[in-house]
Amino acid sequence: MAETVLSIEHVAVHFGGLVAISDMNFHVSKGEIVSLIGPNGAGKTTAFNVMTGFLTPTKGAVKYCGADLKGKKPHEIADLGLIRTFQRTSVFPNDTVYDNVLMGLHRQGKVGLVEAILGLPRARASEKAQRERAAELVRWIGLEARANDLAGSLSYGEQRLVGVALALAAQPKMLLLDEPVSGMNASETHTFVQLIRNIRDRGVTILLVEHDMPMVMSVSDRIVVLNYGRIIAEGPPETIRNDPAVIEAYLGQGAKQIVKQEAAHA
Amino acid sequence: MKQILTLLCLAIFASVPMWLTDPYLLNALITTGVFIIGAMSLNLLLGFTGQLSLGHIAFFGIGAYVSALTSLGFDVPIYGDFHIVHVPWPPIVGFVLAIVISGLCGYLVGRLSFSVRGAYFVIVTISFAEVVRLVALNWVELTQGPLALTNIPSLTVGLPGLGYLVLKTKLQNYYLVLAVAAISYVLISRLVHSHYGRAMRGLMENETLAVAVGIDVTKTLTLAAVISAGIAGAAGSLYAHYIRIIDPDVFAFISTVTMVIMVVSGGKGSLAGPVVGGVIFGLLPVFLRPIMPPEAQWITYGVVLIVILFVMPRGIVPSLAAKLGLARAGGTRRASIAVSERTAEERA
Repeated sequence: MAETVLSIEHVAVHFGGLVAISDMNFHVSKGEIVSLIGPNGAGKTTAFNVMTGFLTPTKGAVKYCGADLKGKKPHEIADLGLIRTFQRTSVFPNDTVYDNVLMGLHRQGKVGLVEAILGLPRARASEKAQRERAAELVRWIGLEARANDLAGSLSYGEQRLVGVALALAAQPKMLLLDEPVSGMNASETHTFVQLIRNIRDRGVTILLVEHDMPMVMSVSDRIVVLNYGRIIAEGPPETIRNDPAVIEAYLGQGAKQIVKQEAAHA
Repeated sequence: MKQILTLLCLAIFASVPMWLTDPYLLNALITTGVFIIGAMSLNLLLGFTGQLSLGHIAFFGIGAYVSALTSLGFDVPIYGDFHIVHVPWPPIVGFVLAIVISGLCGYLVGRLSFSVRGAYFVIVTISFAEVVRLVALNWVELTQGPLALTNIPSLTVGLPGLGYLVLKTKLQNYYLVLAVAAISYVLISRLVHSHYGRAMRGLMENETLAVAVGIDVTKTLTLAAVISAGIAGAAGSLYAHYIRIIDPDVFAFISTVTMVIMVVSGGKGSLAGPVVGGVIFGLLPVFLRPIMPPEAQWITYGVVLIVILFVMPRGIVPSLAAKLGLARAGGTRRASIAVSERTAEERA
């Protein structure tokens, strides 16, 4: 079995009296594409926020490559190579696509302040390397034609790509994608699925939250289903598709009866 | 292209004393230059991190007082017979200390207030400036209070064995201010084009995303505050050694407002912005004085500001740059990555 990259151990998040996540327990192995799904308000984004340090869990622990992330700030977690994208605010709108990716490269080639100000050879070399790397990433993601345009002026789907490119620039070992294809049309989604696979093939483990079921079913190795803050099912896409608890969560009690009846008739 | 323009401006500034001999105008240029340095430092915070420091003059004033006191010496009773006595040191040491201590104050204010940002940062900086002003006004044993610190020696530059030069004349001070301004400009330019500057811009535009790609908010903002305060301190020190008399009025709120006007009208977030805005609003009063009564001067000042911001809301430099197609973020302009790399290098 592959080594575990991320493990969520009995995590609970309470906002005052509201229980956003009651007891969450799952793991993601190296090289996997895992999807976290569930109806609205199930606690998916909350889970993301806990994993990336934007929220502190009330109970439980998040472990990344064996190390407990407790008390780590978001930027420190990013420094460990656990990078996320966002649902809405996925780019730096007033900068060009190219500069966006450069900002994502922040984690690489940090040079000393004095070196940077004096423009010493090491600082120049590092700057040059970063620019080359940014150009390469912009090309890889397929946005060369838009490299000099403001990220804010791009279409929704393109902004998503910029978001992914700048997350990749941060050299993640693991990438968390928060609803990456929402608002994309079918062909954009199709291209994006291919992109996610390519990213995985570069050795990046992926966890995604998504509403688009066909997309989730086609891309995931494993699916974790959340409802009312707890995990109701976990397994490969085929299992999840036929899981009565999942059908109930998505379609309601009545649907379960219908599905059962249909199964009986069949 | 941009670099050529910058060098051309520097050459023009350097040539000014050759054709301008009027000591009154030269004096106005020197004080304006000092304020432009202050405005450049403010721009680092306001334009590149988006934090408005409305107490920026505090760092300027602290620089002025530190430098003046270092070169004048003092004898302050602390408790009973216990005195702190300081024998005068050379003014150049005061200049360095002004930068260090102002920078330190920038660190403290930054650390304290960047955890509460936006409007809170504005309030903390205003309060800080007011507290410092009151200390300068009331700690009479140290600062002479409203009686002012007088006879501040002029800056002396030189190396042991090579002889020294006392910068007393207006001409010498003009070039001194120009040199410090040029160094500050280069320093800020290098900083904002490094990955530190990108971190600042990232935080200003989308903090959550910036944090998610590993940018440390507190560290980045504190760094900007320290450098900004240090440069403001240097400007204050130049001011003290040029004017040679300072009183608590150097902490006047209106001076901060002047610097904000210089930055905003010239274009915040643009390196040349504070210089352009500074030249206009630093020299405007000088040219208005002979042609109209004082009330009308202030009204004209206000009208000019409003007109500039009405016609060019983003400030003079960014608006002109966009018109001339020099802007890095043209929006409509499409080019290959190779071009973007080249412009990026020109910027650096």
